[in-house]
Amino acid sequence: MKKDSFIVANKRFKSRLIVGTGKYKNMSQCARAIELSGADIVTVAVRRVNISDKNKPLLMDYIDPKKITYLPNTAGCFNSNEALRTLRLAREIGGWKLVKLEVLGDKENLFPEMIETLKSTEILTKEGFKVMVYCNDDPLMAKRLENSGACAIMPLAAPIGSGLGILNKVNVKIIRKQTKLPLIIDAGLGQASDATIAMELGCDGVLVNTAIAKAKKPFEMALAFKNAVLAGRQSYLSGRIKKNFIGEASSPTKGII
Amino acid sequence: MKKVKKIKIKINGKFKFISDNTSLLKLVNDLKIPLKKVAIELNHEIMDKKKLNKKILNKNDRVEIVHFIGGG
Repeated sequence: MKKDSFIVANKRFKSRLIVGTGKYKNMSQCARAIELSGADIVTVAVRRVNISDKNKPLLMDYIDPKKITYLPNTAGCFNSNEALRTLRLAREIGGWKLVKLEVLGDKENLFPEMIETLKSTEILTKEGFKVMVYCNDDPLMAKRLENSGACAIMPLAAPIGSGLGILNKVNVKIIRKQTKLPLIIDAGLGQASDATIAMELGCDGVLVNTAIAKAKKPFEMALAFKNAVLAGRQSYLSGRIKKNFIGEASSPTKGII
Repeated sequence: MKKVKKIKIKINGKFKFISDNTSLLKLVNDLKIPLKKVAIELNHEIMDKKKLNKKILNKNDRVEIVHFIGGG
């Protein structure tokens, strides 16, 4: 079988599953789930160091950034200035240039604020960042992000943490058709089969956090997502049959007794 | 003995009294913060971690020290 590489910003990754590191019970659960998921990119947030409790475990002590690619995100930012500040700080921590931009516009649904997102993409790209962009599933906006220098388009499946799965498959397909950039479904997946569907739609990868971290059995779910992504990708590459509205027998009709 | 003058600064949103003439590097070291794992802002300006010893803190300075935590 031909080697099927997942390349983002000229870097080759083994897994098409990107995993978030939030919402786990503790750091060791998070680290084990990531290991089982096979992901080699994880999203991380930038937050204040706890000055009063220095014994609090550090993410870097559990997930080695030399082995797993950290993808700093701007979760919790509601405008361009906050997002830019966050990612500039992330870069300063240790040279991270591959980042996930996420500018939210609404606290209830956590939908992306696309005008601020677009503005931030342009600025960050000019500053040398490789920007993977969380966005809505609007093909026109996806095109504008691409033209602004985004290195990956990451449309939501559904609101963050909702577990609703892919709500607009048609738009995802349209975006797939129009872009050569890595297309990664980000946010809203609820179960492993959602990831398979994303991959079968032709996406290059999926990003999952809540569906694994908040599953009754996170380790098993991490494994399920790993397999689901592999199955979906293989299915997509294999070329599905045409849909038919009449039955067609699988057994030969010739020689029936 | 000469009394050391103290100044008030804000670190990560909390007030703290430190000795006058303290460098940003000394502050970070005193707090036992692993420099390799953080980024530092002084009054909204990102600091070059190699030059922290040259940054002397002044009264009412605002310091932000951030690191990576779990997030989606």
